[in-house]
Amino acid sequence: MLHRYLPMTEEDKQEMLKTIGVQSIDELFSDIPESVRFNRDYNIKKAKSESELMKELTALAEKNMHMKKHPSFLGAGVYDHYIPAIVDHVISRSEFYTAYTPYQPEISQGELQAIFEFQTMICELTGMDVANSSMYDGGTALAEAALLSAGHTKNKKVLVSKAVHPEYRDVLKTYAKGPGLEVVEIPFKNGVTDLEALQAEMDEQVACVIVQYPNFFGQIEPLKEIEPIAHTGKSMFVVASNPLALGILTPPGTFGADIVVGDVQPFGIPAQFGGPHCGYFAVKSALMRKIPGRLVGQTTDEEGRRGFVLTLQAREQHIRRDKATSNICSNQALNALAASVAMTALGKRGVKEMAIMNIQKAHYAKNAFVEHGFDVPFTGPFFNEFVVKLNKSVKEVNKRLLEKGIIGGYDVGRDYPELENHMLVAVTELRTKEEIDTFVKELGDCHA
Amino acid sequence: MHKDQPLIFEISKPGRIGYSLPELDVPALNVEEVIPADYIRTEEPELPEVSELDIMRHYTALSKRNHGVDSGFYPLGSCTMKYNPKINENVARLSGFAHIHPLQPEETVQGALELMYDLQEHLKEITGMDAVTLQPAAGAHGEWTGLMMIRAYHEANGDYNRTKVIVPDTAHGTNPASATVAGFETITVKSTEEGLVDLDDLRRVVGPDTAALMLTNPNTLGLFEENILEMAKIVHDAGGKLYYDGANLNAVLSKARPGDMGFDVVHLNLHKTFTGPHGGGGPGSGPVGVKAELIPFLPKPVVSKGENGYYLDYDRPQAIGRVKPFYGNFGINVRAYTYIRSMGPDGLKAVSEYAVLNANYMMRRLAEYYDLPYDRHCKHEFVLSGKRQKKLGVRTLDIAKRLLDFGYHPPTIYFPLIVEECMMIEPTETESKETLDAFIEAMIQIAKEAEENPEIVQEAPHTTVVKRLDETTAARKPILRYQK
Repeated sequence: MLHRYLPMTEEDKQEMLKTIGVQSIDELFSDIPESVRFNRDYNIKKAKSESELMKELTALAEKNMHMKKHPSFLGAGVYDHYIPAIVDHVISRSEFYTAYTPYQPEISQGELQAIFEFQTMICELTGMDVANSSMYDGGTALAEAALLSAGHTKNKKVLVSKAVHPEYRDVLKTYAKGPGLEVVEIPFKNGVTDLEALQAEMDEQVACVIVQYPNFFGQIEPLKEIEPIAHTGKSMFVVASNPLALGILTPPGTFGADIVVGDVQPFGIPAQFGGPHCGYFAVKSALMRKIPGRLVGQTTDEEGRRGFVLTLQAREQHIRRDKATSNICSNQALNALAASVAMTALGKRGVKEMAIMNIQKAHYAKNAFVEHGFDVPFTGPFFNEFVVKLNKSVKEVNKRLLEKGIIGGYDVGRDYPELENHMLVAVTELRTKEEIDTFVKELGDCHA
Repeated sequence: MHKDQPLIFEISKPGRIGYSLPELDVPALNVEEVIPADYIRTEEPELPEVSELDIMRHYTALSKRNHGVDSGFYPLGSCTMKYNPKINENVARLSGFAHIHPLQPEETVQGALELMYDLQEHLKEITGMDAVTLQPAAGAHGEWTGLMMIRAYHEANGDYNRTKVIVPDTAHGTNPASATVAGFETITVKSTEEGLVDLDDLRRVVGPDTAALMLTNPNTLGLFEENILEMAKIVHDAGGKLYYDGANLNAVLSKARPGDMGFDVVHLNLHKTFTGPHGGGGPGSGPVGVKAELIPFLPKPVVSKGENGYYLDYDRPQAIGRVKPFYGNFGINVRAYTYIRSMGPDGLKAVSEYAVLNANYMMRRLAEYYDLPYDRHCKHEFVLSGKRQKKLGVRTLDIAKRLLDFGYHPPTIYFPLIVEECMMIEPTETESKETLDAFIEAMIQIAKEAEENPEIVQEAPHTTVVKRLDETTAARKPILRYQK
């Protein structure tokens, strides 16, 4: 058949069959026993031409309401941020996106150097010593942090704050079943981890304490107070962190975190219905040889020229097989590249400016809610998200907002029955004053 | 003489910016008023300070130091480095796919859910399975997800003693690693001299403690496991489940389906067979398909179709839980769906036919110059051994490095582990005969050089931007980040 992705001509085919010494391509499949042979065509949709398919899929995409047309106040781990135009141009260079893992360093210096720069930027933001080349996402990175802690401490009890993203905790619980870890959830008080409750759970069996900073409610966890408790006995201190917030907040490394994880989606990665995003994983140097995933190191070639290689591979599945502590192989390299470009474009000044603008806009919105008589239950410092109490169901309110073309906040009651009718509102630098005012007013109308 | 490419940090200069943020349109607020002093960072992160052109030139220069499928032939075995269609990229970037939030109300994302549902339906038919989840982010993640489901299945039957997962000695490294992370012990089953799973050894290792056998078919030697039904019977009779590693599915599209071979769980690598690009190492996508009896254990949520449209089903009491936040690598799934719809049933069949034709053609032409350990029809890939060249002092690593001088990405080397000086070659169906011939000629030339002028091979590469790198020092004294 003729197809634009299949270059073989009939003449080529005949010559090749002759060289192989068979009459037909079918003969090459003669080792598949008749009993398992698939003897019909797939019952799937027929092929469409490029233009027809583009038209169909464009129409399908247009069935979705998207955030470039409708102002969104949804956050909960995925944010609508400024993506510098240059990001897509860089990641569209097909030398990057059509390559695979840089196994052959001599012809992969571009990817390797880009990852080395990514690792450096993550270390700078988190205040940690070593960062890997990426994980699937923030949730699986958090789960792997628990596995690393358990392996390192030989303990099986994992304490996780209930103010950590509910879906991250769900992923953690699934991963915990493999090695048989016990996951204990620590309640929150006024929107942050309850320190007394945490203290009460600490014992010699604890592998790690996991908190999020800022946490699921947008609140800034008191890492300074948590750290000494978390470090009881052998326990490790794990912090999941929005890297944009670290443009202004004191990095977890400064507070003594052993492992810092999170998702770099806020830097240059579109929401795309939840993935692909890109997890990061950073540790103190003591854990360097136990970190999961790929690491790029600097070295020199035979002529003393600087170059980069995948290194410390003895940790990884293709060498250690069943002794490996993580099974990760493919990661999210292209999204790590996107994040690197975004972090580079924003740079030292822009990351801080954007982080501050998030704080300013979110606080403006929160104050507007308070002025309109809404209850904002958690009173601690927060980044770009906060919880508002409504007098009817969030689902109902969001439906009315959608009629006005606004994508409302997250229904916190879905995961926290005690917070029924509470909306988690995210306000990024992209939301204008006008959009915020309209949002608050519409919510106020719903409230009445 | 090649020039070093400076690190982005080395071209940074205070006073330059590369961004454009909107002006603040709400009253300015002093951060110190709302964030306690201890929580405001005192030292700024050392991120680059560069202009937009600086950034573009930097990454353009880096891209030129990188080899992708679009740069040249990339016959990396078991990775299916086929052409990445450009329409896929355009579709994935449509605002209605790229800029939708995973937590939007279902009625606002019907197009996305419909695409996911239809992709699941297509993958069910392609694999011969009864249900598919799109959640796993990559092949290894799919393996672990599948094994967790098998574990849940056995436990639901009150069967708590199935602690072992069997893998062949030719298995991908992720198989045993995934088994470990899922809480199993790995048992290795031997291959025969013909390169297939040794049935006697399999009978010896299965038992009441067998949770599953993980298998790639065709296997990593590129050979079809023709005794697959017998193997399935051995494992099933012992109460175990059969797991299909879909890394090599490109060989058997429309020729044989895992579901018909007796497999209970299947993962696919959409970035391999279904052209989600490899991205320099990812992101991938690793959907998992299962037979009916494992459906209750699928991870939450499950994309379903109801009377009022598509929805996410969370009411799954026996589900293994969540394996990933949200619903998988949607953007990659969009690309794979676009590809399947571009190919249709005839196109997909042709894919495997040409992939297998190309591999057999290369294998036959190279067999004269390199040792061919398994002399029979291969599927989409084949292995050669550099044993003959090793005797001349030329290692497979040297041959791989010499190929770089010809502008090729080398094959996978030193894998599978059971073949001495192994080279695993996978041409894929998207390469022309001219490309295959040119690569074959390069391989023949290298074989001759090994005999006549081994130094040129041993000292390769000669034309790359760096020569062989000192990996030992990199591991002994790791430098993993830039420091001023």
